[in-house]
Amino acid sequence: MCIAIPGKVIASDGTTAQVDFKGNTVDVNVGLVDPRPGQYVLVHAGCAIEVMEQDKAQELIDLFAELEDLS
Amino acid sequence: MEIKEVIKYLKAYDGPEIKLMEVCGTHTASIFKNGIRSLISPKIQLISGPGCPVCVTPTAYIDKCIEYAMKPEHVLLTFGDMMKVPGTEGSLSDMKGKGAKTELMYSPFEALEKAKAHPDITYVIAAVGFETTAPAYALMMEQTKCEEIRNIRLVTALKTIIPALTWICENQTDIDGFICPGHVSVIIGSEPYEALAETYKKPFVVAGFEAEHILAVIYDLVRQIEKKQAQVKNLYPNAVHQGGNQKALDVMSRYFEAGPAMWRGLGTIDASGLYLKDESYDGGSRGLDADMELPAGCRCSDVIVGNINPDECPAFKNKCTPLSPFGPCMVSAEGACGIWYRNQ
Repeated sequence: MCIAIPGKVIASDGTTAQVDFKGNTVDVNVGLVDPRPGQYVLVHAGCAIEVMEQDKAQELIDLFAELEDLS
Repeated sequence: MEIKEVIKYLKAYDGPEIKLMEVCGTHTASIFKNGIRSLISPKIQLISGPGCPVCVTPTAYIDKCIEYAMKPEHVLLTFGDMMKVPGTEGSLSDMKGKGAKTELMYSPFEALEKAKAHPDITYVIAAVGFETTAPAYALMMEQTKCEEIRNIRLVTALKTIIPALTWICENQTDIDGFICPGHVSVIIGSEPYEALAETYKKPFVVAGFEAEHILAVIYDLVRQIEKKQAQVKNLYPNAVHQGGNQKALDVMSRYFEAGPAMWRGLGTIDASGLYLKDESYDGGSRGLDADMELPAGCRCSDVIVGNINPDECPAFKNKCTPLSPFGPCMVSAEGACGIWYRNQ
C-alpha cells in the first residue's frame, strides 16, 4: 500500500505538477515538495512525497561505497 | 565494496541464526521478486512484520465502511485493496451486489471534484494507510476546508509505524534487526528509529526497494549484529532524510492527532492511530476495535508478528487463496500471504 513510483516533472504551478511516468502524463499534487521541471519525484496516492536527489545508477554506486569493507 | 562481494558474504554466512524483520509489504514483494532469499544463507531469516495497513484493519472498520456504502445518498471511496477484506456480513465487494455504492479511487484528491459535482451526495473516504498516505489525506482535508466543501467525510484507519515497532520489540524479542520501511521513512525520517535502537539494542536500517538496496541493508544489519552494534542507518538517502519531510509532518499534525488503534493480530496499541482533529468531518472512526475471530485454521495473527511464515499456516494454498481469502493477509496485494502465494 505504501508503494511510491518515481516520475519526471514536466511542469509545475506550485500546487499541481504534470508528471511523466514512462510516457503517461499525470496531474500530481505537489503540496509537500517544491520540484523543478526535469526533477524526479516519488509519487504516492496522487501526491508527490519527495524529490529524488540523484539518478538511480549514481545512488547505487554511492550506496555500496558506504558499506563497510571486509578487508 | 561491490555487490558480488556482499552476496558472497551473505551466502557464506555461517554464524548464529539471525532473524531480520521487514515491516513494509513492498519490501516483502521485492524480496520475492528479486529472489533475495536464494542469495543469502539460510541462517539469515527474513520475516514479514505488520507492513500492510489493510491486513491489520479490524472487522468493525469494514462494517462501518459497508454501513456508509449502503446508506442512501452516500458513496464510499476506497483503494482497491479494501474491497475483498471480510466484514461481519461480507466484504465491500460482496455487498456491491446488494446495493453498496463504492467507487475505487487512485488518490484521495478525487473526492474533491466528485463532492463539488454532486453536492447532494456525501462522499465517505475509507482512509487507510501508514504515514506514507496520511499527508495526502491531510492535504485533501486542507483543500476541503479551504473550498468549504461540506459533503466529504473520512473514516480513518490510519496507523503509525513507531508504536507498532515498539510493540514488536517488547513482545517479539527474538528479532535481531529491522529493515525499516522506505516510503514511511520518506515522511517520518530516520530519526524516530534512534530511540528504539537505543532502548532495545537492535539495529534499524532504512531500505529502498531495488534488490541492491535490500542486499546492502541485509549486509549492514548482519555486520552490525555480528559486532553487537545497534545503530540507525539510512541506506535510502536518495529519498529519505534524517528529519523526514517537514511539510508532510506539519500538515499531518494540523489535521490529525494520535489515539489508540486496533491492529489485527497485535491488539490495541496506544497512540498508534491518527484521527481527525475536526470531528465534523469524521465518519465515526474512533473505537472501531471489534474484530471477528479469524476462521478456524487461519493464522494471520501469527504471520503479522513474524511467528510463522505464510507457508507454515495449514490453510495456506489449501483453503486460503487470493480468490477465496480466509484471512486478511491473503486479501491485500501487499499482505504477506498474498505475496508468498503469488511468488512461490
